[in-house]
Amino acid sequence: MERIPILRMGDLLLVTIQVDMHDRLAMTLQDDLTERIVRDNAKGVLIDISALDLVDSFIGRMISNTAAMARVLDAQTVVVGMQPAVAITLVELGLTLHGVKTALNVEKGMTLLGKNLNR
Amino acid sequence: MSTAAELAVGFETDLLELNARKRAERTSLPLRTDEDVVHLRKHVRERAVGIGLSLVDQTKLITAASELARNTIKYGGGGAVHLDKLADGLRQGVGLVFVDTGPGIPDLELALRDGYTTGGGLGLGLGGSKRLVDEFEIDTRPGEGTAIAVVKWKR
Amino acid sequence: MTTKDNAARISQLIQDHQAEIGSQWIAQLEALMVRGTASAKEQLRSHCQQFLAAFAVATRGGELENIDHRSWDEVRDLLSEISSTRAKSGSTPSETATFVFSLKQPLFSQLTAGFAGDAEGLASASWSIGTLLDKLGLYTIEVFQKAKDQIIVRQQQELLELSTPVVKLWNGILALPLIGTLDSARTQVVMENILQKIVDTGAMIAIIDITGVPMVDTLVAQHLMKTIAAARLMGADCIISGIRPQIAQTIVHLGVNLEDVITKATLADAFLVALERTGASITIKN
Repeated sequence: MERIPILRMGDLLLVTIQVDMHDRLAMTLQDDLTERIVRDNAKGVLIDISALDLVDSFIGRMISNTAAMARVLDAQTVVVGMQPAVAITLVELGLTLHGVKTALNVEKGMTLLGKNLNR
Repeated sequence: MSTAAELAVGFETDLLELNARKRAERTSLPLRTDEDVVHLRKHVRERAVGIGLSLVDQTKLITAASELARNTIKYGGGGAVHLDKLADGLRQGVGLVFVDTGPGIPDLELALRDGYTTGGGLGLGLGGSKRLVDEFEIDTRPGEGTAIAVVKWKR
Repeated sequence: MTTKDNAARISQLIQDHQAEIGSQWIAQLEALMVRGTASAKEQLRSHCQQFLAAFAVATRGGELENIDHRSWDEVRDLLSEISSTRAKSGSTPSETATFVFSLKQPLFSQLTAGFAGDAEGLASASWSIGTLLDKLGLYTIEVFQKAKDQIIVRQQQELLELSTPVVKLWNGILALPLIGTLDSARTQVVMENILQKIVDTGAMIAIIDITGVPMVDTLVAQHLMKTIAAARLMGADCIISGIRPQIAQTIVHLGVNLEDVITKATLADAFLVALERTGASITIKN
């Protein structure tokens, strides 16, 4: 079954979403990430959505849920690279991604995670 | 084409006076599985690019389509969607009609009012989709089915 | 007398007396000309001759009622060209339509001579020619309007580009002064630009300065709020500066909720806040 690859860098997990995910794939990613956080004792999760030209409510909820579960497991989540058109649409849709930190790109996202983890 | 589309054809074409507006190049797609939604997104993107919608408008339309398609599958028991090219004399637009023969929407007002809660995502979120498009009309009949028609015009 | 016969007769008359009709027409138009430069007259003469020639040929097609018929294709193309040229050189729509309408008189003179003794035929022919030229005159106005509209659209776009300058104040801090009245459509485009620029420059904070905006209504305020929300979703933040007293009043009056938006009266104040947020500060040396 297709899966979105999750990379590990020290105690950070990095996910780059590059395909138009169908709902099942999104759920699989959510499950995989949660499992990996525990298995790798990760303290930070970076989700790169710079290649996504669409984020609908399902994906949005997947991201929110992942961040919430990560927090319970004592890990921080940062979402990076949201495209302007996507951001405008999400605002219009009324989806706030509450509880999810965001940054403009991977570099800034890592800095944000680093700051919060007192490196 | 699925029975859903055929049965629903009676009332869906009254929506938005689609027959009165110049409607052309209809494509009909089934909505039963996850992959169907992804497939629909691709088609809507093509249509949107085809009439020259701006990137933001494209994104809004495809997102709305994704939301409504998911509703059709999840709450309507599956159905179909029709994509049309619309012409209004002065402008061009993309029209989408989602039909299903599901239970219908019991409290339409509530469904339209329902927003998204933080991480909960209860309800159908129709209000959100409505804001993403220029025209939005629903015909829902409890026990019979639902048809939702939306239009996005090129500005 | 059927329309086809009329058309044939009219066509013949025009062709036989083309030169005469032409010179009468040109004379009339030159008399009406306000700007009588030699080159303008030259252009007028050229337009008249071309048009009359095409008109004569077209009437041979026998279709005097329907100017969309393909026998009138060349005439319509010519009129489009003439109309566009005149629009660009500043002619009014009336002047361009008059170009066509003034052909009536010379034609009527010829018809009167050609249909002498046939009152009914003359009436019918006059009517045909009259309505035909009316349609062609209106056509020039339509083309004129479209050409002007295109100019306006292009100018609007240029204006839009001019009115969203981006200034990089410091590392990660952008200033975007908005200038002029913001209508809903323009505001949307401007806001999309701001977000794109934030991505392009990797700015953490964008200061949207509205000193140059005379008035803010509900829609504009809403767009501003949405832009800030979108910027935050993307990982940046916005500060609004340059809020004049009247605008402050309008915003409060409209009930716009600015609670979690930083607003400053001046760009300078906003800059200081931005510096602080990005971990920098200004030290004044003695």
